Amino acid sequence: MRRERLSVVANEPVGPYTLLRVTCGGLDPGVPGQFFMLEAPGRLLPRPMSLCLAPRHELAFLIDEIGPGTAALCRLERGDTIHVLGPLGNGFDLDVERPLLVGGGIGIAPLPYLSEALGRPPAVLGFRSDRHAQAAELVPNAQACIEPTLVTELIPDGMDVLACGPAPMLDAVRALAPAAQLAWEAPMACGYGACYGCAVEIDGELKRLCVEGPVLRAA
Amino acid sequence: MLLNASGCLDALIAPDVARSLDAFVTKTVTPQPRDGNTPVRIAETDVGMLNSIGLANPGIDRFITRNLPQLGELGVPLWVSVGGFETDDYADICSRLDDHADVTVIELNVSCPNVEAPVESAAEIVSASRLATRKPLWAKLSPAVPDIGEVARAAQAAGADGLSLVNTIRGLKLDDRTLRPVLGPGQGGLSGPALKPVALAAVATCYRATQMPIVGMGGVQTGLDALELIAAGAQHVALGTVLFADPDAPARIRAELYAAAAARGWNAYEDAYAVAHEETLSAQATLDERSSV
Repeated sequence: MRRERLSVVANEPVGPYTLLRVTCGGLDPGVPGQFFMLEAPGRLLPRPMSLCLAPRHELAFLIDEIGPGTAALCRLERGDTIHVLGPLGNGFDLDVERPLLVGGGIGIAPLPYLSEALGRPPAVLGFRSDRHAQAAELVPNAQACIEPTLVTELIPDGMDVLACGPAPMLDAVRALAPAAQLAWEAPMACGYGACYGCAVEIDGELKRLCVEGPVLRAA
Repeated sequence: MLLNASGCLDALIAPDVARSLDAFVTKTVTPQPRDGNTPVRIAETDVGMLNSIGLANPGIDRFITRNLPQLGELGVPLWVSVGGFETDDYADICSRLDDHADVTVIELNVSCPNVEAPVESAAEIVSASRLATRKPLWAKLSPAVPDIGEVARAAQAAGADGLSLVNTIRGLKLDDRTLRPVLGPGQGGLSGPALKPVALAAVATCYRATQMPIVGMGGVQTGLDALELIAAGAQHVALGTVLFADPDAPARIRAELYAAAAARGWNAYEDAYAVAHEETLSAQATLDERSSV
């Protein structure tokens, strides 16, 4: 666990989302599915973001502006600096034979980096609009669908599913693919096991995502 | 001395952060294991954060057999925070911790805003715990009472050795779209910058009421915040919410504290202890002089 002040390289629009690129400093990009805590200027708490891409000497995060913290991150300009802590949590197990990446909405965030690590396997992505679906360009070999078509309608049998998306999507995915690896999301204060705030209830059991996840086996 | 506020650090997961403090305070231990409250458990507000963790902990049996030996190896003085739902819960846990040399201090959490409070008063809990252990007992009090000085005096009379001030105060955040509570349990404990003036007032009041040793906490973000608590009457300072944003905060705040004290002409930050009251006293003395003329 390491925390450094990193410089913003660029903030680029990707459909309605923003790709925040920062210098990596001495931070390791970690395993796909791991996350970083990003200082959101003017806010009390940092925001958890899984790594989207790890270009040379950079870390890149795909951000959906949903509140004041993500808004502050999306307003950063080249040369601004923010503290970044990570990599944190448990990423995806890359030892899979027939990988299929499944993403929904901003849940596609960790998939570009995961795709590179797995040799660009097929991916199926679901979005709520054409504009949101522009983010599919970040994921190689991706088939995108728009609501009301659901991404779960595109999952063939016999694949090793690695998924990230909203909880209802993850619940639907694990009903289809009990061996899937699922990346969950929860509000977090610390990201390193201090606050116990990021618990999510899965099958009646509370899991602390920052230390037990965010990637969990479906069953 | 710089500590963490109970509930704001897990030394077994982040031992290096614990070692950067002068003492580590555990999350509150209760008689039985607790999973904690239903998510969502945390929410940021514009002036602080709300939490409703609900005293998630392994229970005293597993704490003693599994956690305590590992915590003892940290090399940091250990304060154990004890909680319960009736007086006997506190006394039982205190007696079970009494012969563990690794435990330096027992902090009695009589003020968690996220679980049902015991019907007994803080003083009754301190009194029963006092009979159960020879360890130093610090009472962690809520500022959400009409007169915290009175609670502090009662805790002192019941045998408390020090006070931990303050616990969080209850707050509510509504989702701005649905206008429903963000937190699963509804309300939670407010911490962070909003709590600092509340903590300063509580520390100052309890210092005047009891002259007891105090750990001040609430909204400390910088060394100057810590120095203010010391000036109000805290001997020690604990860090809470700031640890979530910055696990390196203890080293930074310690350096800032030394610098803030030096900038005011003191050799050590301890020299600032209770100076806020000296000024009050001299101002009062001036008024007294005037009124006597």
